[in-house]
Amino acid sequence: MHARTDESEQQTAAWPGEIFAVLEKYDVRQVPYVPDAGHSKLLERVLGSKTMRGITLTTEEEGVALVAGAWAGGQRAALLMQSSGVGNCINMLSLVPLFRLPFFTIVTMRGEWGEFNHWQVPMGSTTQAVFEISGIKVLRANAASEVREVVEAGAAQAYNACTPTAVLLSQRLIGAKVFVK
Amino acid sequence: MSKANLLDRRTVVASLLKDRKGMVAVGGLGASTNDMAAAGDHDRNLYLWGAMGGAVMMGLGIALAQPDVPVVVITGDGEMLMGIGSLATVALQKPGNLSIVVLDNERYGETGGQTSHTAGTADLVGVAKACGIADSCAISTMGEVEALVPKLHDLKSGPRFANIKIDKANVERILPMRDGVFIVNRIRGSLGHPPL
Repeated sequence: MHARTDESEQQTAAWPGEIFAVLEKYDVRQVPYVPDAGHSKLLERVLGSKTMRGITLTTEEEGVALVAGAWAGGQRAALLMQSSGVGNCINMLSLVPLFRLPFFTIVTMRGEWGEFNHWQVPMGSTTQAVFEISGIKVLRANAASEVREVVEAGAAQAYNACTPTAVLLSQRLIGAKVFVK
Repeated sequence: MSKANLLDRRTVVASLLKDRKGMVAVGGLGASTNDMAAAGDHDRNLYLWGAMGGAVMMGLGIALAQPDVPVVVITGDGEMLMGIGSLATVALQKPGNLSIVVLDNERYGETGGQTSHTAGTADLVGVAKACGIADSCAISTMGEVEALVPKLHDLKSGPRFANIKIDKANVERILPMRDGVFIVNRIRGSLGHPPL
């Protein structure tokens, strides 16, 4: 278990930058997100980018609708969220098959590896199934060394093949949030 | 609150879309999307038959992707209430080319006319303003609708929000096309994006 502290390993890890590079490579322009600690380093890169627009949402389902609008307008988008937000998206995910969207999302997982807060467990346990039953392919990265390759594969199949894809970044990779020591 | 002399939804939408040029119009689930079809089909109409609560965010996605094209979202009070947070999201992004028009009959017309929150205590103009959309107004006359139309084509002064009180009459159903892939690809094509 990689416990996260104030000086998290993520602050020095290379993978958030590797994800950013993949989004740049695929010319992603709109990056809707609900803030999450696991995405914090990536979000800093997105918000500092000249080509990408980070778009703060009040709830994740807004992001699915925004992805649809971006596509209608000719831009690629990638939705960043935490596993608990996936449940908020369910009805709006109807747009993915209905518009045949090149839907791509990167999800930081909670409730699956050394979790302290059991309120994260129910949704974390159903995240992958919710995506799959909604017709979205799921890829997972468990270790820092595989993040770039998995995200690249997900982006490629989503944007090139219109195969909607979610990449789950495991809690083992990100580290469990530390509430008490 | 209900008032006499409320506006006719079809007349309002026909006015909004008259001489629209390249404007993209997003029609929220329910009668609003039918009103757009009644005003005449257009290759830049995004008709929604579901995804309740998503109309404003789809409009935002298009507006950010196409800053030189005016985008108007035309939706109902119930659909707007379901996506109420999107007003805060729009205000933060400040898309100059995005307008949101709510046809407010204070009813869920598609499900039997049950009253919505706007029939009681909710004030959508107040919500939009408080979210940070400074240009938010309540409209109750056709004169005000006519005055709104040129502003919809102004690419710099948005986002704007208008809540138009309409009557609760059930008008003839004029159904738009409902093949989502075709609808979205037709818009993309009209904006110069070839099929995959």
